Parts: sequence; C-alpha cells; structure tokens
Amino acid sequence: MRDFHRSAPAAVQMTVRDALNQAMDEELERDERVFLLGEEVAQYDGAYKVSRGLWKKYGDKRIIDTPISEINVLLQAGLRPICEFMTFNFSMQAIDQIINSAAKTYYMSAGLQSVPIVFRGPNGASAGVAAQHSQCFAAWYGHCPGLKVVSPWNSEDAKGLLKSAIRDENPVVVLENELLYGVPFEMSEEAQSKDFTIPIGKAKIERQGNSITLVAHSRYVGHCLDAAAVLAKEGIECEVINLRTIRPMDVESIETSVMKTNHLVTVEGGWPQFGIGAEICARIMEGPAFNYLDSPVTRVTGVDIPMPYAKILEDHSLPQVKDIIFSVKKTLNI
Amino acid sequence: MYSNDRCTWSFINLLHTCFSQGAAVITSARTYADFTTQATFEIKKCDVFKLDEGPATQVVLTRDEGLQYYRTMQTMRRMELKADQLYKQKIIRGFCHLYDGQEACAVGIEASINLSDHLITAYRAHGYTYTRGGTVKEIMAELTGRRGGIAKGKGGSMHMYCKHFYGGNGIVGAQVPLGAGVALACKYQGNNELCVCLYGDGAANQGQIFETYNMAALWKLPVIFICENNRYGMGTSVERAAASTDYFKRGEFIPGLRVDGMDVLCVREATRFAADHCRSGKGPILMELQTYRYHGHSMSDPGVSYRTREEIQEVRSKSDPISMLKDRMLSNNMASVEELKEIDVEVRKEIEDAAQFATTDPEPPLEELCNHIFCDMPSLEVRGTNPWAKLKSVS
Repeated sequence: MRDFHRSAPAAVQMTVRDALNQAMDEELERDERVFLLGEEVAQYDGAYKVSRGLWKKYGDKRIIDTPISEINVLLQAGLRPICEFMTFNFSMQAIDQIINSAAKTYYMSAGLQSVPIVFRGPNGASAGVAAQHSQCFAAWYGHCPGLKVVSPWNSEDAKGLLKSAIRDENPVVVLENELLYGVPFEMSEEAQSKDFTIPIGKAKIERQGNSITLVAHSRYVGHCLDAAAVLAKEGIECEVINLRTIRPMDVESIETSVMKTNHLVTVEGGWPQFGIGAEICARIMEGPAFNYLDSPVTRVTGVDIPMPYAKILEDHSLPQVKDIIFSVKKTLNI
Repeated sequence: MYSNDRCTWSFINLLHTCFSQGAAVITSARTYADFTTQATFEIKKCDVFKLDEGPATQVVLTRDEGLQYYRTMQTMRRMELKADQLYKQKIIRGFCHLYDGQEACAVGIEASINLSDHLITAYRAHGYTYTRGGTVKEIMAELTGRRGGIAKGKGGSMHMYCKHFYGGNGIVGAQVPLGAGVALACKYQGNNELCVCLYGDGAANQGQIFETYNMAALWKLPVIFICENNRYGMGTSVERAAASTDYFKRGEFIPGLRVDGMDVLCVREATRFAADHCRSGKGPILMELQTYRYHGHSMSDPGVSYRTREEIQEVRSKSDPISMLKDRMLSNNMASVEELKEIDVEVRKEIEDAAQFATTDPEPPLEELCNHIFCDMPSLEVRGTNPWAKLKSVS
C-alpha cells in the first residue's frame, strides 16, 4: 500500500492590484453598506484598474463615478464608503474634510458619531510623474490622532489591510503604491480566504537577522529585502521589518528587534523632515531599546527636494538599494 | 520649391524636357500677387449670457494672418503627434496629455491678446507653451527630460513655463485661483494687462473655481476665464459629471460666451470681444470653447472605452480646425495648395530637428538635482538619501 503524497497547500501568484480588487469585491459582497466612490472607478474600471469589474458586478448604487470634486467626502451616516483618490496628491483638495470632519468627529462628539470610512489610492513616487504627482503622505496623515493609516507592501498586505480597513469603525487611510500594482506576489492559502484580514497596528518581520534591523513601509520593504540579500553574502544578516501600519505604529516590534540587533536603519520614500524615520528615532529614544543601540539610528529617505522629472534626477531623488547597503555598512561601522 | 507631390514632379520633368528640347514654354507660375490679400467670413454666432451683444459674426482674415495661423496650428499638431511617437518608444515617460484637435483654441486666443498679457492653463499645455513663446525644441527636450528643456528637465510635460505663461499645472482646477491672482496683480499695477485663465470641463465642477468667480467679479479683475470643453473629463462625459453643462453660464453673475472652439476665427473674435470687456474695466468674463481632443485623456488612455471611434472620425472629417482654415483659404484664393504643402514640409522638418535634439541632448547634470528650491538664497545644504549625503542647492 502506498502512502498518499500530500502536497503543501496551494499558494498562488497574485498582483497587488488583483488583491485589492478581491478585497473590495469580498467586502462589497459581505456588507450591503459598503460602497466605492471616486473618479473613474465605475465605467472606466478605475484609473489604475484597481476596481476593474466591480461596476459590472455591483452597479451604479454601489460603485459611483464622481465628478472631479475630491472634497466630496461624504459622511454617509450609517454607510461605509470607500473613497478612492486617483492619487493621494489630489487628497490635498479634500484634506480639510479628512482631518477635521473624518478624523476628529468621534472625539468631538464624545463617542456619539463614528466615521467608518476608508480613503485609498496610490501614494508616493511613481515613474516620471514629476513634482505635483509624486509626494508621499505617510507623515502628513500619520501625524493626526483619530486617523488610522496603513501602508501595504505585497499582495497579502494589500488584501488583508484593506479588508481590515473596510471593517474598521474608524477613518482609515490606505496608502497604496502605483508601482506595486502590477507586481505579483505569492498569496498563501490562508490569504486566499474570504475572511482573511491583517490586524491594523501590527508590523511583520519579513526576514530574520541578527546584525541590524531595517524598518520600512510599502515599496521600500522590497528594497530592504534586496539589500539584505546582497549583505548576506558578506555575512551581514539584516532583520527586515515591514511596518504595514503607520498609525498606530507597532513600535514594540521595532524595539524587540533593536534589542536583539543593536542597530537600526529606517527606509522610506518620503522627505526626511518630520517623517516616518524621524518618528521611529524619537520613539526608540523614549523607550527601552535606546540602551541597546550601539550607534545612532540611520534614516534613509527621499532627497529633500520636489520630485524632478528627468529620469536621471528622479532616480537620484529616492532611496536605491545601494543607498541602503551603504547606510547599513556605515551604521555598522564597516 | 520642390514638393514631394508626384504631380508637381512630373510637371517639372515635363518642363525640363521641353526646355532641353529647345521649346519655349510659358509657365503660368502663381505669383503672390495673384492671391487675395484678405477676405471676409461669416462665422458662427456665439451664445451669450448676461450680455446685450456678442462678438462679431463677420470677420476679416488677411492672407498673412491665415498663413500664420495655419503654420502655428500645423506645428502644434505635428509636435503633439511626434510626442505620441516618442512616448510609445518610451523616450518620453510619465504623464503626457496631448492637445491635437484643440489647436484653434490656443491659436485663436493668442491672436487677440498680446505677449505682454498673461496666460495659465492645466496639464494639456504643450500647445500653449508654444503660442506663448516656447520653441518646439525646448518643449520637446522638456518632454524627454533633457538639459535643453524649457524647464531644464526638472518639470516635464505638465510643468512648462515661459514669460507670462504660468504653466502647466498638474492639479485639476488649482490653476484657476492662480489665474485670478495674476489678474489682481495686473489691476494692482495698472498696466492694462489681463490674464487668460484656462480650465477644462472636468475642472469646471471644482469648488475652488466658484470661489474664484466670486472674487474676480467682486473685485472686477481683468481675467478671461476659459473653459475648454472637450466633452470628456478623462473618461467621464460632461453629462455624467455636471448638473449643468452650460459651462458659459456657470459664472452666474459673470457674463459668458459659448464659442465654436474648432474655428480659429470664432475663437479669435470671441477673445477680442472678451479682452475689450476686461480692459474696459468691466471685470471678468467667461468663455466656453466647444472643442475636441483626438487622443485619449493621456497617453495611458486609449480614448475609446468611453467614446466611439465613429465620433472621433466624425469630428476629424467635419470639424478639424486645420482643415477648416485650409479650405477657407483655398476656396477664397488666399493661398495655393503648393504653398501650404511647403509650409507642411517646413513644419515637418522643424519637428524632426527638434525631436533629434530632444533625443540626443544630454540629461541634466546631477549637480543640478537640488537647485532652485529657494529663490535668492546663497548656497544651501540639502540632505540626500542618507545622513552622509550632503548635497548642494544653488539658485
């Protein structure tokens, strides 16, 4: 008699775009109160095709094309809107509403009025879209109490975090990344389930290591992993943390890691001043991990300039893998 | 003047044969003295709002003006088509919003204002950069991100500037309050200049535009608001975006004109009327130009999922601005086919030369990465991607 050879549960490859699409599809199906609105989300299938097929499936009532009026952020009492910004650069047209109406209302009403709304869209630099279309808003939104802010990297992050955001009773800003939309990642069998969510406020260790801790969010998690692979050949083992959530930030995970590795490098696409790395530095100093640091924390960030258009300039305005490798070595004094 | 036209070649060969055989041939060459120097045209009447009279419907076009408009529109057309090509070859990257089909707007407007006046528009701006004084070379080199670009490669398609032209703006509608601000400066300085402030049918629903209408009217600012209504805001038709598609009336207390934006003479006449209105201290005026873009919203939009190919074809065959002008000039003996063909050849060459420059000019030097953050500041240190990267900014 032969034993059955059972293969491991089947993982599939899925792009971030499809993961986001699946998340919205599942949540639209699960809860009648959920709907999507934004520019070109319905008949055009989404400016970046993230909402492809949803209008065909759910119709005019649940998937709504809006005029170009970002400020039409609706406090739809009793409903659960997903508000797409074609890019977060345009969210500045509506930022008063996001902060003053969405973020602060539950507090101001002493718990009477909740705002279960999701703001999602591409954030940060793309390719050649120049100064007004390339800004990272993680620090701006992460600054405000009352908002939750998530920044997925891979497809599992995208699906799990978006589903959690939609189910959350609070206003959640979901910072996606246009350059990642078309990138396929492995989706575990667990992630393929309709009930798969990722808790907001918990970071993930993508790679274990003992030499140094690298913390990043969104696209730069990938850069950190690439840098770690190169550094491993020289015997430097990086622990790579995928923040997943900007606010509330999982400082504990970072502290635990730093207390093991004694060195920390943060990596982000946004500008350095008052940014994610700056906040991490401050929090580390204020907590138990400070005494475990063998050198100051290094921040790897975007260059402190508006985004230029020319390719050579744009390439040099953002952290490259070699910048991370360089910074790791400097931090380790190698 | 040898053209690529086969008929002309065979005619010339025939002449050559005749001459070489000693025959005396009297060729009837068209001299410029044979052309009509000017003609009067009947143009479409504008719909008016809060106005007792509108722009003239009988207009005079001189031969020189006609040739100039033709050349300018043709240059803009060819430049945009070349940009399309370069984008598909990935030599232009990022966003690229093309203007072909709308040439009559930019040319007609410029024909009735002075270079000392001001103009601001949104991101479909290559044509305006040209009519405001940018060269094809500088524009194309900006699209390809080279040091010879009009913004030294720093701005790209959506951020081109030149004297009295304030871009080139990426955020829909944001340029409108800026335009009113320029008009305020004109009034403040008493220089009799005005500002032409353009936006699209999509932007027309932005709240900031209504705030601007209010202030411009209240303070009687010399601003001509122009809505270039090309029927679609990206993929959304005007009917699906606007509660009222009478864009020329949406200024409520600001007088308005609805103009055939495919006819350069209509646009010119309406702009003349509007400029007079502003310069006489009456305050702002609003023009809606009904126009059409052949390309999709941008190079990443095929432009056929929300409109039919038949519609695009119909506009091309019945209302193309360049063809309209050409037909007018030819049927009134204001120019010859050969002459216009010659212009086409010259334009083609100019575009080719510009493209050649745009693809061979080097990229901006890395030393210039951080320049021009602040004005009037001596050298400033700028943080690079890591704490050891100390870069320099010079203005």
